Amino acid sequence: MTTVAVKPATMAQALRRALRDAMAEDPSVHVLGEDVGTLGGVFRITDGLAAEFGDDRCTDTPLAEAGILGAAVGMAMYGLRPVVEMQFDAFAYPSFEQLISHVAKMRNRTRGAMPLPITVRVPYGGGIGGVEHHSDSSEAYYMATPGLHVVTPATVDDAYGLLRAAIASDDPVVFLEPKRLYWSKAAWSPDEPAAVEPVGRAVVRRPGSSATLITYGPSLPVCLEAAEAARAEGWDLEVVDLRSLVPFDDETVAESVRRTGRAVVVHESTGFGGPGGEIAARITERCFHHLEAPVLRVAGFDIPYPPPMLERHHLPGVDRVLDAVARLQWETES
Amino acid sequence: MKKSSTVQELPGAAAHRPTPPAWQPRTDPAPLLPDAEPYRALGTDAVADADPGLLLRLHAELVRGRRFNTQATALTKQGRLAVYPSSTGQEACEVAAALVLREQDWLFPSYRDTLAAVARGLDPVEVLTLLRGDWHTGYDPYEHRVAPLSTPLATQLPHAVGLAHAARLKGDDLVALALVGDGGTSEGDFHEALNFAAVWRAPVVFLVQNNGFAISVPLAKQSAAPSLAHKAVGYGMPGRLVDGNDALAVHTVLADAMARARRGEGPTLVEAVTYRVEAHTNADDATRYRADDEVETWRAHDPVRLLEDELTARGILGEDGVRQAAEAAEAMAARLRDRMNAEPALDPMDLFAHVYADQTSQLREQAAQLRAELAASAEEGPGEV
Repeated sequence: MTTVAVKPATMAQALRRALRDAMAEDPSVHVLGEDVGTLGGVFRITDGLAAEFGDDRCTDTPLAEAGILGAAVGMAMYGLRPVVEMQFDAFAYPSFEQLISHVAKMRNRTRGAMPLPITVRVPYGGGIGGVEHHSDSSEAYYMATPGLHVVTPATVDDAYGLLRAAIASDDPVVFLEPKRLYWSKAAWSPDEPAAVEPVGRAVVRRPGSSATLITYGPSLPVCLEAAEAARAEGWDLEVVDLRSLVPFDDETVAESVRRTGRAVVVHESTGFGGPGGEIAARITERCFHHLEAPVLRVAGFDIPYPPPMLERHHLPGVDRVLDAVARLQWETES
Repeated sequence: MKKSSTVQELPGAAAHRPTPPAWQPRTDPAPLLPDAEPYRALGTDAVADADPGLLLRLHAELVRGRRFNTQATALTKQGRLAVYPSSTGQEACEVAAALVLREQDWLFPSYRDTLAAVARGLDPVEVLTLLRGDWHTGYDPYEHRVAPLSTPLATQLPHAVGLAHAARLKGDDLVALALVGDGGTSEGDFHEALNFAAVWRAPVVFLVQNNGFAISVPLAKQSAAPSLAHKAVGYGMPGRLVDGNDALAVHTVLADAMARARRGEGPTLVEAVTYRVEAHTNADDATRYRADDEVETWRAHDPVRLLEDELTARGILGEDGVRQAAEAAEAMAARLRDRMNAEPALDPMDLFAHVYADQTSQLREQAAQLRAELAASAEEGPGEV
C-alpha cells in the first residue's frame, strides 16, 4: 500500500481509489475504455490501475464506444463486472444503441437469467472551458431509459461510496461524474474511505425551513453557496442532493418539501425535457396541499451547450438560483 | 510536356529530402484473402472423406429445419406467431452453425436464426417466444449457451467478442460463433466487433449469411466490396467464402475457423453465399423487389435437396433413412403445432419483475396499480376478456 492519508483529497482521487479498491476486492472487476491504461485516462481517474492490475484488468480499447460497451455486455454475460469509461459525455452517444437496446433490457428480456452488472462512467456537464462536445448534460437521456440506474456524486465522500455501490450493483449503472468537481477537495482519508452508500437515497446537505433547493452533481456547490447568500435575505434554505436520479428518492424530496412548502429544482441540463420537469411533477403530485408556490426550475437554457467563452451565461449560478427563490410567492405569507 | 506515369524527381531535391521513417505492412495480407470461388464440398472427394455420422446428422437436421421453417410460417397464418422471419433456403448455414459447436461454445444469433437455436438443442417453443409475443426471450441463455435472439442488427457481434475475450482471460476453452446477415455488415457494430476481435485476438468466428437481401435492398446497394469476406482483410483476419447451401462445406469452413480460434490465432470472417427463398417475413411482399425466376434458380440449388441427393447417390443414406428423417420432422412439426395452439399462461405482473435486481419504489407503485386494475376487472366477472 503506497497511498498515504492526504487531507484534503480531490473527487478524482476518491474515484480512483474506489476503482482500485473494487478491483482489489473482486477479480471480476475489469476497467476498459479509451486511454484508461497507460495514460490513466484523460482525467487520470484510472491512473495506476494498469500498472497495479495489468493490461487485462485495465484495458486500452480501440476508439469505438459502441464496441467498448458491446464488448462489456459480452464480458458481463460471462460473469465479469466491467467498468466502462466513456471519455466525455458527448462521446458516449455512439454507445446508445448498446446501452438502450441491450444493457438496459437484458435482465428484463431474459426474465432475470442474464443480469448485466456494468458500470458506465461518464464525465459530464460544463464549467471547465471545454470546446464543443465536451460539456453536455446528458442525464435526461439515461433517465428516460428503464432498466438503468443513473447516479451522480457531488461530494468527495460520495464519489467513493457511490462508485463502489455502482460497481457492486447487479443492475447496470450510468455513473455520471461532474467533471468540474473532479478537482474539488474535501477532508477525506483514503485509508478510512466513506461507507459504501446504497444507490437510490438522496441526502439533505443543508437543513433549512424556508424552501428546498433540489439538485445533484455539479449544481450542488452552487446551491450551497446560494443557501448561504440567502441568509442575508432572511431565507433559510434546505438543500437536497439527489445523488441518484434513478431510482428517484421520492420520500426524502417529498418530506423536505412538505416541511418547507416551497421548492426549486436546480440543474445544468436543459429545462425543457430535462430532469427538473419530472421532479417538479413528482413534487406536485405528492405535496400539492403543502405548496405555497409553484415548483420552479433553474436550468440551463434550451440551447446547444455554448462555447466556453459564453458558458457562464448558460450555467445556473447563485444569482439565478436566488432570483428563483425570490419568485416563490413570499408575499402570500402573512 | 512529356507525360509520365512516374513522378519526376526535381534535380537536386533528393539531397535535401530526409529519408522517411521505415514503413512495411503490419501483416501480409495475402493469406487473409478469400478464395476466388466459394468453397464447395458436395460433389467432391470431401464427401467421401467426411464422417458419415456427421453427414447423416446434417441431413436429419436439415430436413427437420426445413419442416420447422414451413411450420413456423404456417403458424403465422393461423395467428399463433406474430411474425416469422424464415430461414428457408438457408438451412445449411443454420444447421451447420449449430452442429459445429461444442457444448461449451456460445452461439450469438440474430432474429432470423431461430433454426440455429433449435438445432443447438433449445426447445422450439421457447425459441419462438419472441415471435409469438408472450415474452422477449423465452429461454435461459446459459442453458445451451445461446445468447438472446438479437433484433437490432449486428449489435450481438460485440457481445460475442466480449464473451470470448472474457473466457480467454479466464483461461477457458470456448469459441463464440456470431451470426449476421449481409445487411448487418453495413452496421457500425459489425465494424467495431470485427476490429475489437482482431485486436484482442478473441476466439470468435463471424458467419455472414449473405442471402442476397436486407428486406428489399439487394447486396449491390449494400456494399461495393469484392465480397463480404474481403472485409476481413481490413481487420487483419482471414476471410473465407463458402457455398452457403452446401451444408458440409459450411460445416467444414466453420470447423476450421473454430479450430483456428481455439489455437489462439484469433477470429475469422466467413461469408456463406446463400439465398432468402421466402420474403423477409410473412408481413413482407417480395414480389415488389425481385423476380420469380431468380427465386426459382435458387430453389433448384436447394440445400436440403443437394445434401439428400448427394448422400443417396453415394449410398450413405438409404430410403429408410430418408423416411425416418421425414417422419422425425413431421413429428416435431406436429408437437410444435399442438404446443403453439395452447394459449400461453401470462402473468401481467411479470412486466415489473425483472426490470431491476432491486425494484425501485416507482415500479412497486406501478405494479400495485396494475394489480389493483386486474383485481377490479376480475371482480366485474365473466365476460371480460
